[in-house]
Amino acid sequence: MSDPIPDSTAAIALAPTARPVTAFRRFLSKPLAVAAAIVLALVVLVAIFAPLLAPFDPGASSLKDAFGPADGTHLLGFDSAGRDVFSRLIWGAQNTMSGAGIALIVALVLGIPTGLIAGYYGRWFDSASSWIVNLVMSLPAMVVLLASRAILGPTVWVLMIVMGVLVAPSFFRLVRGIVGNVRNELYVDAARVSGLRDWRIIGRHVFIVVRAPIIIQVALVAGVAIGLQAGLEFLGISSGDTPTWGAMLNEAFQNIQRAPLLLLWPGLALGLTSASLVLLASGLSDVLGERGAPAARRRKNKNAAPADVVPSTSVPAPETRGALLSIRDLAVSYELADGSDREVVHGINLDIEPGEILGLVGESGSGKSQTAFSILGILPEGGSVSRGSVTIQGTEVIGLAEKKHRELRGTVVAYVPQEPMSNLDPSFTIGDQLAEPLRVRLGLSKQAAKARVLELLQMVEIADPARTFAAYPHEISGGMAQRVLIAGAMSCDPDLLVADEPTTALDVTVQAEVLSLLRRLRADRGIGVLIVTHNLGVVADLCDRVAVMQQGRIVEQGTTEQILVTPEHPYTRQLLGAALDGVDARPEWQPRSTEVSA
Amino acid sequence: MISFLIRRLLASIVLLFVISAITFLLLSAPHTDVGRVLLGQAAEQSLVDAKNAELGLNQPVLVQYLTWLGNALRGDLGSSWFTSENVLSAIGNRIPVTLSLMVGVTLITAVVSFALGIWAGVRRGAADRFVQIIGVVGYALPGFLVTLIMVLVFAVQLRWFPAIGYVDFFTSPAGWLSTVTLPILALSVGSIAGVSQQVRASVIEVMRKDYVRTLRSRGLSPRRIIFRHVLRNASAPALTVLGMQFVGMLGGAVIVEQIFGLPGIGSMTVSYTTRGDIPIIMGLVMFTVIGVVVINLLVDVVVSWLNPKARLA
Amino acid sequence: MTRENSLLEVNDVRVAFGSKGFRKSPNEVLHGVSLDVREGETMGLVGESGSGKTTIGRAILGLAPVSGGEILFQGKRIDNLSARHRRSLSRDIQVVFQDPYTSLNPAISIGDTLSEPLLAQGYTSRDARRRVGQLLDRVSLPADALERLPREFSGGQRQRVAIARALAISPKLIVCDEAVSALDLTTQRTVLELLLEIQEQTGVSYLFISHDLAVVRYMSHRISVIYRGDIVETGTARGVTDNPQNPYTRKLLLSAPIAQPAEQAARRAAYEREFASTPR
Repeated sequence: MSDPIPDSTAAIALAPTARPVTAFRRFLSKPLAVAAAIVLALVVLVAIFAPLLAPFDPGASSLKDAFGPADGTHLLGFDSAGRDVFSRLIWGAQNTMSGAGIALIVALVLGIPTGLIAGYYGRWFDSASSWIVNLVMSLPAMVVLLASRAILGPTVWVLMIVMGVLVAPSFFRLVRGIVGNVRNELYVDAARVSGLRDWRIIGRHVFIVVRAPIIIQVALVAGVAIGLQAGLEFLGISSGDTPTWGAMLNEAFQNIQRAPLLLLWPGLALGLTSASLVLLASGLSDVLGERGAPAARRRKNKNAAPADVVPSTSVPAPETRGALLSIRDLAVSYELADGSDREVVHGINLDIEPGEILGLVGESGSGKSQTAFSILGILPEGGSVSRGSVTIQGTEVIGLAEKKHRELRGTVVAYVPQEPMSNLDPSFTIGDQLAEPLRVRLGLSKQAAKARVLELLQMVEIADPARTFAAYPHEISGGMAQRVLIAGAMSCDPDLLVADEPTTALDVTVQAEVLSLLRRLRADRGIGVLIVTHNLGVVADLCDRVAVMQQGRIVEQGTTEQILVTPEHPYTRQLLGAALDGVDARPEWQPRSTEVSA
Repeated sequence: MISFLIRRLLASIVLLFVISAITFLLLSAPHTDVGRVLLGQAAEQSLVDAKNAELGLNQPVLVQYLTWLGNALRGDLGSSWFTSENVLSAIGNRIPVTLSLMVGVTLITAVVSFALGIWAGVRRGAADRFVQIIGVVGYALPGFLVTLIMVLVFAVQLRWFPAIGYVDFFTSPAGWLSTVTLPILALSVGSIAGVSQQVRASVIEVMRKDYVRTLRSRGLSPRRIIFRHVLRNASAPALTVLGMQFVGMLGGAVIVEQIFGLPGIGSMTVSYTTRGDIPIIMGLVMFTVIGVVVINLLVDVVVSWLNPKARLA
Repeated sequence: MTRENSLLEVNDVRVAFGSKGFRKSPNEVLHGVSLDVREGETMGLVGESGSGKTTIGRAILGLAPVSGGEILFQGKRIDNLSARHRRSLSRDIQVVFQDPYTSLNPAISIGDTLSEPLLAQGYTSRDARRRVGQLLDRVSLPADALERLPREFSGGQRQRVAIARALAISPKLIVCDEAVSALDLTTQRTVLELLLEIQEQTGVSYLFISHDLAVVRYMSHRISVIYRGDIVETGTARGVTDNPQNPYTRKLLLSAPIAQPAEQAARRAAYEREFASTPR
C-alpha cells in the first residue's frame, strides 16, 4: 500500500496529450479536408480584417464607372451602381460569416442543452421539447423568415437569430438521439453505481460521445445557414445597402444579360465557403467518427499469431473424400483496408458422409464460421476462398459459377444461423419468408407453398403453425424463431445442413429441445450436419465426429469419443480442462475467522 | 393502424391551431397603423379609423384572432388588405404552379436517388465514390446558386429554356414543360444529394444484415434479395428524409419561383410578406403547414406499412 | 426480520416496468423475491432469459424501481434512498456487468475509467493514481494499460478492467451480472479464478447472476433458482445441483449438456423420460 508506482503515474500524466495528436495527424492525412480548412480559415481572416483589407468603401458608387472593367486598383471591376466589386466581396465575407455565426450560436445554445436533458432524463421534458421541435421542423424556414421580416423589420441580425431558432432542432435531435442511446449503455450504469453525480456523468460519459457528431453538425449547419442567409439577401430583404454575397448575386442577376461575369465572384465565394464546410464536415466525420462510435463487438483478434498454435499433429487428409461434403486444403482470406490480404483459415480438411453429424469446435476467431460460409458461398464482403477444394455430393463448388452454386443452396446444402432474431427479415411475415424459396426455387403455387410451410412449421414442433405463419418476426420468441429458421433451412429438402452455433443464443431448456429436433431430423431424413459450436456439451450430445479448430487450423479430428475422452492435442485438452462440467460444487460457506484487508 | 392515424390527425390539428395562434399574435405585434398605410398620409383620421374598424383592427388582438379562426373554420380566410383579393382564391390560383414543381421534384428525386443509392450501395467501389461525390457537391452548393448557374448556362448562354415566365399546362403542355423543366431540375439537385446518400447508407446497412446472408443461403437470386428484401427495409429511412426534403423544398421554391418569375406560392410569399398583409400571410402559412403536415402523415403511413414494428407505435 | 450474518437482504421485492402509456397496465417482472447474501459469501442466482435475474441485480444497485418489499444492506433499507445517500452507498456495493464491450466507455482511457469511482469518493488525484496502479496489478493487467482505450483490449482483458473498477473502493458486495457469459471458455475460467482469488483475499461478497448452472455451481456457496419472476428453489450449491427439489431446477440441470459423451447420453435419456413428451 505504501509503494507508489512511478511508471503508471507517469503514464497517466501523458495520457491526455497522447490521443488528440493522433486524431489531428489523421486529419492531416486527408488533403481535401485540409484544403477546406485552409479556405475557411482564410475566409474567416478576411471577414475579421475586412476594414483593413478592403481598398475602397463598399458603398461608394460612381455611376460613370457602372459595369466598368477591372483595372490595377479595382481588381474585379465595378458593379451596376459603379461600386468596387472586390471591396464589396470582402465586406460581404464579414457580413456573411457573422450572420452565420449568430445563427449557429443561437442554435447551439438552444439545441445542445435541451437535447442533453431530453435525452438523458426523458419524461415530461422530453415529450414537451420534442413536441416543440416537431412544430418548428414542420415550419418551412424560408416562409417563416420572410414572415418574420414582416414582423420584426428588415434587420439581418434579428433574422439570423430567428434562423438560429429554426435550425436548432437539428442539434436537438442529434444530441437527444445519441444521448438516449448512450444513457442505456452499461458504462453509464457502471458510472452511476460508482457514485458519480448526474452532471458528471453527462459531462464525462455522455458529452464525450456527442462531441464529435456536434462538431460535424456545426460545419454542416453553418453551410445551411450561409445558404439560407444568402438566399434571403438574394430575395432583397436585407436592409438597404449592406454588402453581402447574396445581395451581390441579386444585383448581378438583375443584369444577367448585360454582365454575366458579375455573378461569378460572389457565386464563387459563396460556393467555395459552403463546399469547404461540407468537405470539412465529411473529413471530420472520417477522423472523429470512429472514436465516439461504440466499438465493433467481438472484433476478431487481428493480432492472432498463428505461431501460438502448437505445431499441428497435421491431421492427414483421408485418401477417399466424403461423399456428402469434402473439404481439402481450404484457405479463406480477407482483404484489409490497406489492400493486403489476411488469411483466417489456413488450409483445412473435413469430410462428412450422408447422415453424419460433424462438430466443428473452437473459440471465437478460430475461423469456424468462415469455414461454414465458404461451403455455402456466402462469405461476407471482402472475404474469399484463396485456395483449396470443397465438394458437395461430388460437385466442386470452389470456382463454380455463382449461378450454379446458388442452385445448390437450399436444395442440396442449407444454412441454420446463430442469432435467431437478426436472421429473419423484419418486414415480412414468417409465412411469407418461408414460402418464398418454395415458390421461387421449387415453383410451387401459392396454395401449395402455404400448405408446405404449415407442414414444415409442424415438423419443427411449433404448436400453432397457422398463427406463426401470419406472425411477424418481432411477434415470436427467440426459441420459436430458431425453429422457424430450421424450418427455412429444411424447406427445399437439403441433404446437408450447415448450422453455425445454432443454439448459442438460446436458453438451455430451449437448446435441449432444438438439439432433439436436429437429432430427429437426422434420424427421419438422413441429412448430414456440419455443426459449428464452442460448446463441448453440444458436441457430446449430438455429434458423431469432431474437428477442433484453433486459429484457422484444425488441430485434432476424430470420433466424439476419441476427442472428448482421450484428447491428444494440448489445445483440445486445454478446452476440456476449462469446462466446468466435472468440477465439484463449491463447499458450504463458513464465517471468516480472520479479517484480511485489500 | 386506424387508431394510429386518428392520433396523428388529432396531433396535426392541435399543431395547426398552435401555429396559427402564434403566427397571428406575432404578426399583430408591431401595431402598424394599417389604415394609415392603406389610405396614405393625406387621408383624414376619421377615414383611417373607419378603415381600421372595417378591418376589425380596433379590437383586441385576441378577438381579432378568434374572429379570423371562426371564419377560417368556415372556410373563409378573408381578403388581402391591400388588393382586396380573396385569400383563398389568390392562393388557389397559384397553387397549381407550386404543386407542379413539388410533384416534379419529388418524382425525380425519388427515382434518381433510389437508382443512385441502390447502385452505389450494391456495387460499391467506383460507383459508390461517384455517388458520394454527387452527394457532397449537391449538398455543398446552396440551392439558389445552382439555380443561378443553370439559368446562366441553359437559359442565357444555350437558350434551351426560357429564363423567365410560366405557361399554364392547359394552355400549352409543351410550353408548360419548357417553363417548369429548369426550375424542377434546379430544385432537384439538392434533394437528390440528400436522399441518395440516405438510400446508399441504408442499402449498405441492410446488405450487411444477417437475414440477407440467410436469404442468400436459401438460393434466392441477388436481384430478388435486393429488390424485394433490401429495398423494402432500406426505404423507410430514405422516405423519412424525402419527407424532410419536402419542407426544405418549400423554401427552395420561394427563391426558384422568384428567379424564374413563376406565379406560385413562393413568389407570392415574397411579395406579400414584405408588406405585412396579415390575411394573406396567415393564409400562406396555413397552406404550407397543412402541406407539410399532410406529407409527414403520408410518410408515416408508408413507413408503418413498410415496417411492421412501427405499426405498434 | 434481519437474518444473522446477512450483509444484504432482499425481502419480498417486486419490480414493475412499462407503465408508460396511460392505458397500459404495468408489467411486473419480479413477483416478491427474497434472498440474502452473507459476508464473504457468494450467492448464485441462476435463471433463463426473462426470468428477472438481471432485474434483481439492478434493483439492488438502485437502477431499477422497487415497487414492493424491501432491500436491506447491513440492516438498513436501501431501496428508497435519496440520490445522495445512494451515491455514498457505492462505497459498499459495486457491479461487474455482462458485456465487456459496452460496460466500458469506448472514448475514455482505462486509467480514467478506473480513477473515476475513486475521485467520486473524494480521493485526491495523487492517491487515485496510486490505487489505480495497484488495481491493474491486482487483475494482472500491464501498467501501460492506463493510457490505452478499451478497444485495444480483448474481451477477457476488458472484463478484468471492469473487475478492477468494481474493486476500486474496496466494496463489501459485488453484483456480478453474467460477468463471464460473453467470454470464451478458457478466458472464462481464468476470470472466474480471479474472482475467487479476490474473494479469498478481501472477503468481499458476490451476488453471482448467470444463466449457466455449471458456472454458478462452481462459484457459489448457495444457489437460488429463479423462474419467471419467482425464486423456485434456494439451497447449498451441492444440494441444489446434486439433488434438486423443484422440477424446473431439474429441467435446467438436465438440459445443460456436458462434455462427456457417455454421461451426456444418460442425461439425455433422463431428460427425455421426464420432459420430452411436451412439444410446444
